[in-house]
Amino acid sequence: MNASLLLLALMDGISYAALLFLVALGLTLIFGVMNILNLAHGSLYAWGGYVAATFGIVIAKAGLSPLLILPALVIGAVLTGIVLGSILEIGLLRRILTKDPILQLLGTFAAFMILEDLQRLIWGSQPYFVSDVVSLLGTLTVADVTYTRYQLLVIPSVAVVALLGLRWFLNRTALGRQVTAVTHHREIATAMGVNASRVSLLTIVIGAALGALGGALAAPTTSITPGIGAEMMVLSFAVVATAGLGQIGGAAIAALMIGLGRSFAVYLFPEVEVLVPYLIMVAVLLIRPQGMFSRVATRRI
Amino acid sequence: MKLYGALATTVALALGAGTALAQDKPAELKVGITTFMSGPASVFGVPGKAAADLLIEEMNAKGGIGGVKISPIFIDEGIGGDKMLSEYRRLVQEQGVRVTLAAISSGSCNIIAPVAEDLKVLNVMWDCGTEKILEDKRYRYVVRTQANATTEMVATVLYLMKTRPDFKTVAVVNQDYAWGRDSWELFLGTLKAFKPDVKVVAEMFPKFGASDFSTEISRLQAMRPDVVLNTSWGGDLDTFVRQASQRGLFRQNTTFVMPLAESSLERLGNAMPEGVIVGGRGEHYFLHPETKDDPKHKDFVAKFRSKTNAYPIYPTYHMAQALEGLKTGYETAMQANGGKWPSPEQVADAMRKMEFKAFGRVVKMREDGQGLEDQLLGLTKRVPEYPFVIMDKMMLIPADMVTAPVGERSPEWVKTIKPDILNSDRLKSYDYK
Repeated sequence: MNASLLLLALMDGISYAALLFLVALGLTLIFGVMNILNLAHGSLYAWGGYVAATFGIVIAKAGLSPLLILPALVIGAVLTGIVLGSILEIGLLRRILTKDPILQLLGTFAAFMILEDLQRLIWGSQPYFVSDVVSLLGTLTVADVTYTRYQLLVIPSVAVVALLGLRWFLNRTALGRQVTAVTHHREIATAMGVNASRVSLLTIVIGAALGALGGALAAPTTSITPGIGAEMMVLSFAVVATAGLGQIGGAAIAALMIGLGRSFAVYLFPEVEVLVPYLIMVAVLLIRPQGMFSRVATRRI
Repeated sequence: MKLYGALATTVALALGAGTALAQDKPAELKVGITTFMSGPASVFGVPGKAAADLLIEEMNAKGGIGGVKISPIFIDEGIGGDKMLSEYRRLVQEQGVRVTLAAISSGSCNIIAPVAEDLKVLNVMWDCGTEKILEDKRYRYVVRTQANATTEMVATVLYLMKTRPDFKTVAVVNQDYAWGRDSWELFLGTLKAFKPDVKVVAEMFPKFGASDFSTEISRLQAMRPDVVLNTSWGGDLDTFVRQASQRGLFRQNTTFVMPLAESSLERLGNAMPEGVIVGGRGEHYFLHPETKDDPKHKDFVAKFRSKTNAYPIYPTYHMAQALEGLKTGYETAMQANGGKWPSPEQVADAMRKMEFKAFGRVVKMREDGQGLEDQLLGLTKRVPEYPFVIMDKMMLIPADMVTAPVGERSPEWVKTIKPDILNSDRLKSYDYK
């Protein structure tokens, strides 16, 4: 395995890892705050992609510059996060907070299926392509291989900005501290005067927006078809499980591991490419069942 | 007692008359049709369904098959193999469907063929290519009204050897499932008959429905093979071509061979470059050099365009072949039957010794149920008449030259191909006009 191979695999894995990270981040945030594993998260990714595709088509029809899609993507993702996130939180998550975990999983899975069918109702089942912005941004050549600037620069930068922005928000702002408090212990935070349900709503919206952002960013690089939500859901769950539920920084590292692992596999051992994320997850969980970075918590009996 | 006896006889007569009536024409001919109505492969399956609707409506307007109207029932292959199979069984066992057209995906065909045989349902494999089904086992109820993977891949190698014979290295990027794997095995096996020391530099099989080919494209850029084979179809091929085009993969000096790309040409527009070898899994194309001016063909193209806003692609032609083949099968069986409505067995037997013509050349059905359909391949070229690339430098390759004979297994047969087949005068070339 020579250095240029390493470099190539790195370049290929980085945009995939960045997308995975954004989606996993949303998932782990929601779990942190509500202690519910939101299986509807995958469809947020898909909705983000479809909304971005719609904006892209509108921009193209209006004859405006494809570069406008970049802010449009972010705005679209935020809007999707606000709308769908609020509906999910108020309509479902808030009400199943104290129920049996199995019931919670079933509830969010039902929400996933409803959202998938709604998406098919609105956008149909044909693939959408909105790749003009990628061609516009041009390419870069590294070690004789050409990459698009979009995949090498735009996507990873957005992921890094999201990571740093979220950390700043959680550590440096009052609202962020409240979110941390509620994540740590909902009851005591409420006793301290934090409005837990408002904080939950905000966190779910942020988490949903992050998931949608993953889909929106992916839209110009691939075809948006029914089913991408489910695929991303399973992968992001693998990332979150590897990192430890509720770990933000850990999610970044786990996403990198899995994203790069997959691209290495295509170079070295293409047959196991689909298996790699799950092999990594199983390997980590065998050694540390709570995930790589989870804090040791005392069990309350 | 006497009354009871009379009652029993009447009932027996009525039942007997009932079964005799079954030999008369049914009220309608229910045909189960599987097609992809969701997922990346729907860009393929939805036009197939549109063609079925169009052609069945036309057939019914002329009286249907032998005076019986056709009533299609569609199953979505996109719901997954298990669910599709249970839908299939439901149609047969609860709704009494005895004739089906299944399927698009070779994976689906692998699932359905033995079940159809078991349930004694006539199944026409209308679009799937895997040659293994009819080669590995003798079927009575399963036939195929189009060519199979062997015909298509051997014809592809022939075209490559006639047009771009100077190459040393080859790579493949195929979907990871039955068709992707089998088509590569056949292509390489045939290629080695012509160029025994060709070198394979990369074998990549991304998963079916993959949305990101970044790593595969990088590898192809790093390795720079002389020839790259990609037998993907539908959304997978569209995504690959677009992403490759964005990354400048087509600018390097590689011959791309995409035997299924005819179905993507209109959608891809200018993302598909010139000089790519493309095929359409058979000899059908809306600009078919021999039949494009045929009134029936022109009519079909016009009707299809006004119904779907797109030109017909090979799945629609395959559907036309399946329906035409089915109709011919019924008519042949009825002739042999003295005009009575035939059973699925009789039609299945008739479909093993007949020929029919849809919108291309004549397709000959042979005794193992496999149809002999000639192959059309070409090189992409941009022309001012269309906003997408068309096929130029077309070649028509007769099926019997490139199909394994009855009873032989394709992987072994391709090794016996002689290179002088390239000099045959039966290969006809046409330029785009």
